[in-house]
Amino acid sequence: MDRRSFVRTLGAVGGSLLAVDTLKSEESGNTKELYGILIDATRCVGCRTCEEVCASAHGLPVPDTSDMSVFDKRREPTETQWTVVNRFETTAGELFAKKQCMHCVQPACASACLTKAMYKTENGPVIWREEKCMGCRFCMVSCPFDIPKFEYNSAVPKIQKCVMCWDQVREGKKPVCVENCPAEALLFGKRKELLEIARSRIYSEPDKYVHHIYGEYEAGGTGVLYLSSVPFEQLGFNTDIGTTSYPELTTGFLYAVPIVLTLWPAFLLALSNATRRNEPETERDV
Amino acid sequence: MNTNNGTLSRSIELTRAFARFILSELKPKGRLITPFNIVSGLIILLGVVLLIVRFTKGLGSITNLSQDYPWGLWIGFDVITGVAFAGGAYVITFMVYVLRLEKYHPIVRATVLNGLLAYVFYAGALLLDLGRPWNVINPIIGNSFGVNSVLFLVAWHFMLYMMAEFVEFSPVIAEWLGWKRIRKILSGLTLGAVIFGITLSTLHQSGLGALYLMAKGKIHPLWYSEFIPILFFVSSIFAGLSMVIFEGTISHKVFRHRLSREHRASHVNIVLGLARICAVTMFVYLFLQTLVFVHGKNWTLINTPMGYWYLTEIVGFVLLPCILFVQGLRRINMALIRGASILALCGIILNRLNISIVAFKWYEAVRYYPTWMEIAVTLAVISAEIWVFRWIVNRMPVLTEPPGWAEKNQTREEQYPTITKEMEAWRVPLT
Repeated sequence: MDRRSFVRTLGAVGGSLLAVDTLKSEESGNTKELYGILIDATRCVGCRTCEEVCASAHGLPVPDTSDMSVFDKRREPTETQWTVVNRFETTAGELFAKKQCMHCVQPACASACLTKAMYKTENGPVIWREEKCMGCRFCMVSCPFDIPKFEYNSAVPKIQKCVMCWDQVREGKKPVCVENCPAEALLFGKRKELLEIARSRIYSEPDKYVHHIYGEYEAGGTGVLYLSSVPFEQLGFNTDIGTTSYPELTTGFLYAVPIVLTLWPAFLLALSNATRRNEPETERDV
Repeated sequence: MNTNNGTLSRSIELTRAFARFILSELKPKGRLITPFNIVSGLIILLGVVLLIVRFTKGLGSITNLSQDYPWGLWIGFDVITGVAFAGGAYVITFMVYVLRLEKYHPIVRATVLNGLLAYVFYAGALLLDLGRPWNVINPIIGNSFGVNSVLFLVAWHFMLYMMAEFVEFSPVIAEWLGWKRIRKILSGLTLGAVIFGITLSTLHQSGLGALYLMAKGKIHPLWYSEFIPILFFVSSIFAGLSMVIFEGTISHKVFRHRLSREHRASHVNIVLGLARICAVTMFVYLFLQTLVFVHGKNWTLINTPMGYWYLTEIVGFVLLPCILFVQGLRRINMALIRGASILALCGIILNRLNISIVAFKWYEAVRYYPTWMEIAVTLAVISAEIWVFRWIVNRMPVLTEPPGWAEKNQTREEQYPTITKEMEAWRVPLT
């Protein structure tokens, strides 16, 4: 083996090693017992206790829950508020819906993250890890629910979003919002069991609920599941989100990467050799 | 003892001479106070001040970025458009080193230098946009490989491609410094670097488009499709070549005194060749866009304000320059070709900004538009790049002939006899 062909082989091996790395990309879809939260919008009374306990549990500014004017306009979670409750005028009257991270089964944010700062834990919560994040905000571009928020007015900015009280969940406890909900609108448990409970609620009171569990299939399935008495559009949900998981949107491209990485150089080398004919014989040592 | 002392004093003497050479080269050449220098100098100064504010008070202090628009001008223009414009380097090296179209050899150095600097400055501008830039080493070292991320791929490819382009350009530096042996070694690496570079470019030019695949639903359907990566790749070919034509026109005026005889003689012919490739790739691009449009069943969307904007981009800034290129080729009209290349470049800016900003969350009530400070920083980055480019071109054999020794054993005549004969014939009269 002469030097050139050695270098070439080395390149090919290196390329295929990179390829193997890329092909492992589907690891986030593990189906270990994932935890989730079932939110029954028919039970929510809009007391905003969840907002309050969430803020104090995570060192965020605690909102004034007696201020009813917040319901006048629709709010989104912000970098200082991981969860918000909105009021909606629906065909079934006034209804409330809590919004926070959906903790997707295959999160777009985690697959977008090039440092694994945004990370799907094996229990289900999607967390953000400060020491890894480089602040590129690709998670924000990718998230179909527009959940990750960025601290634009800080020199040491963080990404802020609900982490399903990851520290508590790891110790076998419930997230604080679920723990403190006075109306029992929130339920914490294994995602599979929550789906069973949601279905049995729909079956036992078919007239009360729309026959749809938001999050069962949306964006490939989410950890947070919703029940409602009105179609979900009326509660401000995006119903055009589709059922394919978001990371799947890029797998086609990522699968093409190892192919290009291995075949392209070989093709270019061959082409380069084929066009060598105009040169003196001495150059033809390959 | 004596001989030892001799070598020592000789190497000291050599080091001194080298230091003197570097110092003399560092000094500016030509007049310092020119309108361009004053304006660009002030812009760079302003940019530095703004960046100090940005790094002490956060991105919100000087940008209009928001929770709804996490990526603005610095990503949409500096990085995504800038990298498309830098595509000329991989296309030209492909033609010269892989297809061995010797006709394009005179422009290869300037193009590679342009590409290298574009990556250093425009991809480097990514660092300005990062909220936590000190963690930028995480995806490179350590255990934080987010291998399923398109951005991971793009980041690695940026880095590796910069190295490949540096290797491609390194013989020029060696010639400048007079390092004969090192130059020989470095030129031996060129073909490998070129092939590696083309592969990387194919992937990250399309990868920049693939970044937006997960923004499904956030990008207007006229611009979103699963074919964004392919469209980005194809358009980077004519974007890069239009930039080569445009930049070549300016270089010909500004660096007239640095142009080699060979360079000047073949200029028209090279531009005509590049214009032909532009026309063909633009036609392919238009065809692909039409396919995507038909495939997406987007007929009803055309009769909306966004639809008119889409038509403006496709008809006014792709179809029209494509026709102008063809007309310019037919009439051998350089002005027409130059106009076409400028129009094509505007089309690329439009397309990249449409995907990253205009069609991104088009439904939002409060839209993003850049602050004057974001624009100022962008202009500062461009000015700094031009300064470095000028510094290098005025010193290294980029546009001029390489030093005699570099081609001593294999002059171009000996190496490619047929080509040199052809070159005489290329001297097309200027119209």
